[in-house]
Parts: sequence; structure tokens; C-alpha cells
Amino acid sequence: MRIKVDPEICQGHNRCCALAPELFDTDDYGAAYALNDGAVPEELAEKARLAVDNCPEFAISILDESGGDD
Amino acid sequence: MKKSPPVADWATDYDILDPDYAKDPLPVWRDLRARCPIAHSDRWGGSWMPTRYEDMQAFVKMVPALSSKEPIVVPPVKAFDPELDQHGTDAPPITSDPPEQIPIRRLILPFFTPKAVAEHRPFTEALCARLIDGFIDQGSCDAAVQYAQEIPSRVIGHMLGIDPARNDEFVGWVRNVLEFGLSDPEIRVKYRRVIRGFFADMVAERRANPGDDLISQLLAKKLGGEPVTDGMVIGMCNLLLVAGIDTTWSSIGAALWHFSCHPGDRRRLAGEPELFPSAIEEMLRFYSPVTMARVATEEIQAGNVTFKPGDRVLMNFPAANHDPEIFDRPDEVILDRERNRHIAFGVGIHRCAGSNLARMEMDVALRAWFARIPEFELADPDAVTWAGGQVRGPRNLPVRFKAG
Ligand code: HEM
Ligand code: SF4
Repeated sequence: MRIKVDPEICQGHNRCCALAPELFDTDDYGAAYALNDGAVPEELAEKARLAVDNCPEFAISILDESGGDD
Repeated sequence: MKKSPPVADWATDYDILDPDYAKDPLPVWRDLRARCPIAHSDRWGGSWMPTRYEDMQAFVKMVPALSSKEPIVVPPVKAFDPELDQHGTDAPPITSDPPEQIPIRRLILPFFTPKAVAEHRPFTEALCARLIDGFIDQGSCDAAVQYAQEIPSRVIGHMLGIDPARNDEFVGWVRNVLEFGLSDPEIRVKYRRVIRGFFADMVAERRANPGDDLISQLLAKKLGGEPVTDGMVIGMCNLLLVAGIDTTWSSIGAALWHFSCHPGDRRRLAGEPELFPSAIEEMLRFYSPVTMARVATEEIQAGNVTFKPGDRVLMNFPAANHDPEIFDRPDEVILDRERNRHIAFGVGIHRCAGSNLARMEMDVALRAWFARIPEFELADPDAVTWAGGQVRGPRNLPVRFKAG
């Protein structure tokens, strides 16, 4: 799975980082970005979906459901 | 609060300052969402009240057609005191629209990132421990007055470098602006002046003797290539004080209210502390304290109603968070709710800049309370009072528990 935070849409609610600190971090202004270029290891896929479903801005998208590579 | 005539029909005559509505707004929202879903009232200067999540998400994005220049749920001070308005009632960035809003907001965001906020956690933990020490031997306390209220005011006071001895004073100012001042513009104007005067003195003092507090650091910043003005910093301090106190106090208080009269949830959280993060989000959703406003700057067709220029539109984030289209069993508290896309901190470009701080304070406050007072209940249900309007939450909350 691969995920992406749209920097134009993210407003830094920080729900994603709280739910999945392995997958997201925040910059100096509190805006989120996906770690490891958005690659999600198999065992964290459910956490990634939780982050997607809790983001109030609908800023996180799943680019690729299955594999690790594009 | 001034007495108003009773409401005949909430769809056409709602009263945002009605005490029963402040106590329990859920039946009203359910009714309006099904019937309207955007209600109107001429009370308190007139406004529109949307109730659906989808509408709130759409309205926050209509910038500046729905402008933040007048974000209070009742008419702005300028309607009563043009002179004060000239000297600035501004509280940037909450009273700003883009493009100005963006760089102003960026001035304060670095102080409120998760990492920046974590630095204030030890202070907050020591504060909560000290507050509990103060009443635990009595076996009772007012959890709103002696606990919830004290936490955000002292934390922001600490960040701004304000003398802790003046804490009670500025809690009073904020209540006079945001609570009692809503129905009485004279009180609102008076205390806005007091707050601005207070920060004008502090800003002058920090210009002369900079420290490592937030005010001194803001004064050292630049905005659009120019050093930030004193007036801008005074406005931002005003906002940080006013936006941070009643709000977080209400959230902590509403959570303690919930657990004091829902023993099942209380026992569950006490027994399963790993639920704190989802329980806090659920408290924020269920008891969202903050309703903001926007003013229409052009005609807007919104479903079956039309906003005219100058109309006030309430950003009813609390009602959005109970919308059954979005939330499963919305009027039930579910401590382990996994999918909870609530907008208690607003949504869009004005997302609460202090949300990481507010969450940290709630987390510390509730964990500290539950660690030492896992069993508690309302001491006198009739003595509980709620404030509503702009910020909804319990203002008196007598609880009892086992002493010591
Ligand atoms: C549980 C507690 C809190 C809640 C529910 C809350 C809620 C909100 C909401 C709904 C907004 C959006 C306003 C709008 O859309 O017009 C907002 C904005 C804001 N809040 Fe909070 N707030 C809380 C605590 C705090 C704290 C602790 C601070 C800082 C000390 C703070 C500072 C701000 C600021 C600076 C803004 C304006 C952001 C902007 O306009 O860009 N808030 N808050
Ligand atoms: S939850 Fe959404 S808006 Fe919030 S930081 Fe994450 S991506 Fe950004």
C-alpha cells in the first residue's frame, strides 16, 4: 500500500500522526507528511486506513492498495 | 443573562443563548436537521444555523464569500462602539480572511506543533497534580471551577509569561467577553478594552526587556518582510487568551461531567486506560464546545435558503458532529469509536491553531484525575450549570468522591 498527504488540503489536525506515528510526521508548522515516501508495510495497512478515515480534511489518499511499488 | 421570551419554533426562532439548549442541544439539532436543515432566527442580531456535517464542510471553504471578519455568534462590537473598533477588536488570524490570514497564522503555528506542545506537558502534569492535592482530602470539589478552569488559563499564562497571581483576573475577563458579554455588549466592550490594555502594557514591556516567552518570540518575527507590529502581537495575544481558556475548560469539564453521571463509561475508562486517546476524541465530538460565525459578503444559495450580504451564518461544528449521515449512532458516546472524523476544532483554513495544546491538556487532565479519583459522581445534579452560545460547557460541576 502507498499513501499520500495532500499538502494543499492538510490543515494540521494531527489525527494521522496520533493514530499512526509509524506512518506520519509533522513539519515545523504542524502540517503532516507521509514517512518513507508513503510506503505502508502490510502490517500497518489497517492503521493507514484509520488515518484516512479520521482526517477531517479528507487530505490523505491511498494511491495503491496492493503492492509496495508504484 | 437577560431573559428572552420562550421559543415557539426552533426552525424560525431559535435562541442560541437559551439555558435549556445549552444544557442539552441534541433534540433541537435532530429536529432541525430533519426539518430544515438550515434554520433561521431574528434573535441576537439574526443568524442562520446549519446542522449538517456536509454543509459545515462546504461553508468553511467559501472564503471570503463567508468571511471570518465577524466570527462571534452575536453582532460585532462595532455595532455598539465604533471607537473601539477603530482601535482594533481584531484577533488575527481568527478575524482575518486570506490572503492576510495565511502568513499571520504561520506566525503562531510553530508554537503549537505536537513537538512544541509536548514541552509544556511536564508543567501541565505538575499543575494538575497540585490542583488535585488542593481538594482530594475534602472528598468533594467543583470540578469545573477548581480543576477544569484552572488548567488552560495557567498553561497559556505560562506560555505567554504572565504573572500566575493574575490568573483569576484574566479568567474573569475572558468570561466577560465570551460568556456574559454575548448578551450584554457593554460588558463585552469593557472587557475587550481591559484585555487589550493589559497586553499593550505587556508588549511594551517585552519590547524593552525580551525574554524567552511566546510574546517576546512573536515580537522578534517578521510579517511580509517587515517586523511584526505591536498592534498585531496585541491582537494575537488577545486571541490566544480568549480562544484557549473557555474552550479547553469546557472540554475538560464536559468530559468530567460525562463520567460523573455515566458510571459504566467511567469504570470502563478507569479499567482500560489504553482507551484515553479514542475516548478524548469521542468527548470532543460529543461535547464539542465551539460554535463560530461567518458573515456573508455576497448572496449565497445554500440548499433551500439564501444568505444575503451581511447575514451571519453559524458554524455549528457541534451539530455537525452529531450528523447521522457521517457518524454511526451519533447521539451515543462510544469510547472506542474508531472512525471519528469530527470537526470540534473546526475545519479548513482556520482549524484551531491550539488543537495540539488543547488535546495535550485534556489528556493530562483526565489521566491525572482518573489516576487518583477513579470513582466520582455528581454531588448535586441541580447545582450543575452550563454556558452556551459561542462556547458550551459546564461552569459549575460539584462532584464527590472518596477523600484522600
Ligand atoms: C478543546 C479546546 C478547543 C476547541 C474546541 C477549539 C476550537 C476552535 C475552533 C472551532 C476554531 C475555528 C474557528 C473558525 O473556524 O472560525 C478555533 C480556532 C483557533 N483556536 Fe481553538 N479551540 C480550543 C482550544 C484552543 C487553544 C488551547 C488555543 C491556544 C492557546 C486555541 C487557539 C486558537 C486559534 C489561534 C485559532 C484561530 C486559527 C485561525 O484562525 O487560523 N484554541 N478553535
Ligand atoms: S489528519 Fe489530515 S489534516 Fe490532519 S495532519 Fe493528518 S493529514 Fe493533515
